[in-house]
Amino acid sequence: MALLTLEDVTVRFGARAALDAVRLDVAEHEIVSVLGPSGSGKSTMLRVIAGLQAPGGGRVLLDGADQAAVPVHRRGVGLMFQDHQLFPQRDVAGNVAFGLRMHGASRAEQRTRVEELLELVGLPGAGGRAVSTLSGGEQQRVALARALAPRPRLLMLDEPLGQLDRGLRERLVVELRGLFGRLGTTVLAVTHDQGEAFALADRVVVMGDGRVAQTGTPLGVWQRPASAFVARFLGFDNVVPATVGGESADTPWGKLPMEPGSPQGGRTLLVRPAGVRMAAPDDGLRCEVETRTFRGSRVVVRLRPEGGGPPLDAECAPAEAPREGDTVGVTFSQDDVVVLAESGTGAKTNATAKTNADAGLRDGSRST
Amino acid sequence: MKGAEGPGASPGPPATGRRRAVRPAAVRLALMALPLAFFAVFFAYPVVSIVGRGLRTADGWQLGEVTQVLGRPGILHVLWFTLWQALASTGLTLLIALPGAYVFARFSFPGKQVLRAAVTVPFVLPTVVAGTAFLALLGRGGLLDQLWGVRLDTTVWAILLAHVFFNYAVVVRTVGGLWAQLDPRQEEAARVLGASRLAAWRRVTLPALAPAVAAAALMVFLFTFTSFGVIQILGGPGFSTLEVEIYRQTAELLQLPTAAILTLVQLVAVGAVLGVHAWTVRRRESALRLVDPSTTARRPRGAGQWALLGGVLASVALLLFLPLGVLVERSLDTPGGHGFAYYRALTSVDASGTFLVAPLEAVWNSVRYAVVAAAIALVVGGLAAAALTRRAGRFARGFDALLMLPLGVSAVTVGFGFLITLDKPPLDLRSSWILVPLAQALVGVPFVVRTMLPVLRAVDGRLREAAAVLGASPLRVFREVDLALVRRALLVAAGFAFAVSLGEFGATVFIARPGNPTLPVAVARLLSRPGDLTYGEAMALSTVLMIVCALSLLLLERIRTDRSGEF
Repeated sequence: MALLTLEDVTVRFGARAALDAVRLDVAEHEIVSVLGPSGSGKSTMLRVIAGLQAPGGGRVLLDGADQAAVPVHRRGVGLMFQDHQLFPQRDVAGNVAFGLRMHGASRAEQRTRVEELLELVGLPGAGGRAVSTLSGGEQQRVALARALAPRPRLLMLDEPLGQLDRGLRERLVVELRGLFGRLGTTVLAVTHDQGEAFALADRVVVMGDGRVAQTGTPLGVWQRPASAFVARFLGFDNVVPATVGGESADTPWGKLPMEPGSPQGGRTLLVRPAGVRMAAPDDGLRCEVETRTFRGSRVVVRLRPEGGGPPLDAECAPAEAPREGDTVGVTFSQDDVVVLAESGTGAKTNATAKTNADAGLRDGSRST
Repeated sequence: MKGAEGPGASPGPPATGRRRAVRPAAVRLALMALPLAFFAVFFAYPVVSIVGRGLRTADGWQLGEVTQVLGRPGILHVLWFTLWQALASTGLTLLIALPGAYVFARFSFPGKQVLRAAVTVPFVLPTVVAGTAFLALLGRGGLLDQLWGVRLDTTVWAILLAHVFFNYAVVVRTVGGLWAQLDPRQEEAARVLGASRLAAWRRVTLPALAPAVAAAALMVFLFTFTSFGVIQILGGPGFSTLEVEIYRQTAELLQLPTAAILTLVQLVAVGAVLGVHAWTVRRRESALRLVDPSTTARRPRGAGQWALLGGVLASVALLLFLPLGVLVERSLDTPGGHGFAYYRALTSVDASGTFLVAPLEAVWNSVRYAVVAAAIALVVGGLAAAALTRRAGRFARGFDALLMLPLGVSAVTVGFGFLITLDKPPLDLRSSWILVPLAQALVGVPFVVRTMLPVLRAVDGRLREAAAVLGASPLRVFREVDLALVRRALLVAAGFAFAVSLGEFGATVFIARPGNPTLPVAVARLLSRPGDLTYGEAMALSTVLMIVCALSLLLLERIRTDRSGEF
């Protein structure tokens, strides 16, 4: 039985559905990341589970028990807020011990547990420090220790690393994953940063417009985005309409090779940039190089097909990257052409999704 | 402001949690019940009764009286004087205090914190002491009289200067407080875009500051428009404000109808001013992005800035500290040389029969009354502020304005209203000492509300949620989060209420019984008697009062929260 179950949970703010019949299961000891652009309803989901927001419809079950009548403070879940929300009038130890006090732990018990947790999050002996003297990373650790202290059956993290700089974030995400694995904590984390989500989670849930757009392992979601929305949110812009017939597809970029057994007929295709090969101009689709963008060990090249059609992203090693203004010939590798499901998520989210995906790609490390 | 939504935050619901969204109206009503009852019984009822008694005879309502009274040349003169002295005082205060606000906001210099506290002392001083201090400086036998034979106590200048003395801190705190929090980078951005230093100030800083300046001006106008103690002591026969005239008509001429009409006139005028004030406050709360004040101040640079700092310090010394210094000096200046003779005289019942008890007993009376008054004000004002924090549109704004009204309604009317309404069962408080603290608490409540409101509003709703998720029940959340966060503000509010109650004069002068005078009442009574001894005693007693007030304020300044209220 799943530890957490959401059954068709719906929340409306006015006419807008922040959560639209969301179904989700989280098993014990599982780490699940909910990934989505701003306004996709991720934070609302956590608030509903914690009891801070009443669902308009549907049920929240913890250990199989309906939580509708259970007030926030009796749900036994932990929530780490986006900006930590440490109690400013208490010192570090006072913050960490808060939940223990609420659960009636003895003073001695509190003291040992606080020490143990501060040790765990890498801040041994910091109990007497004022919250205002902590750096962003330290605050994050204290917030984590505070949330873990009462041993919640489910720990929820709302953009846990959102306000930290990149280096710290990349280090902490690895630390967190190790920590949760050791403690066997069940975790539900929401983030808009795919790097963070993929690095932290056993399973990723992509949300858009209040609905679950795709669920799967980080690798599975990255390799086979389920819809144009997910593909664009992950930063893939090579999405085109196509007519699939046999082992090839007609697209604005010409004929693309397809895996045997691909679904036939009118489809939407994603071509991963890694599968866009650039060679001499006479080979394949003639394109002009518009821009080159360095992304660490890879370069993303934006190409404009000379015969018209949407622009195309290709990825290659820096040494192989053509110069801006060059003309290249493009061929496609069959392995990197993915048939997307017809997207249920409207086109209006794509603009925001794209911006966020870009931000995610820029900031986050690619984990594949 | 803390807790700005990060760029990745989902636009979730406002921070109000579910449990409060369930029955906010009921909670709000419960919180408002006591303040509303308090104001109904101890403010609206006495004021309405006395006004009604003045305007109604056996023949019915005498509304014809209104035009008749307002047409009298004497009354017209009072109305005109009240208005123009208030306008002049406000203008003069702004002129002198705005440079001060700038200096306190943008310059850092040694002793700034202490000085900031010190300039606030006059504001919490009883008006009677302020009046007495200026009398010692400008009056007959005063410092200027001795040095150059100049007396200003028969001119309007004494009143205007005393009003500046009194309200300097209002401008420095309201305008300077905001000025210190304005991000200097806004001005820098304008400079980079090609604006001259002056243009940048005029286009960027001034518009941001204007609402605060307007709010401060309105507060000063309000205080000076209803000025009583200062004018009673410095005014002389030629200068009478509405409040003084109401007192004269009520207590000396027993002309209740005239007093009632004047009370109404003052009420209408103050209501209008408060309306404008509420509007500017709302505008000010809206749009500004504020920064930590400690990051915006720096040491003055260049001759111009040093001159400005020097000028401000000199004006503070001359206008604020000199009168207080002279007051202390006069209290020690006995016929037999400097000494404590006047203070000693305060400990005995004098032969002239001014008092039934030794004047120094007034200290004990005052402190006792003020402590009770502060406690009442804290409970009433605290509940009201808590109710106002749960914002609820127009009704709450009306409630907010109602809470400010005691600052503007004639204290004399309130005092006299107490006497004629609270004298029969079920509320026969005529012979009860509680009458005085009740009247004083009325003036304290607005200060408590103004101090508590910004702090309560600043409590991030998500802190409460964090506590709830960690297992705190709703009551526990209130205790552990709200109460813990506002404890300091609560102390500050208590101190203000205490100081204001200590100095209350207009209402107390009516209801304090002869055997139990408060300090300001005792000072006024001493001043009304001729003779060097009583004059010296008045100075000594004022000094005692000043020290009590200053001590409570300095105590406050030590525990002051960063997020100070509007005063």
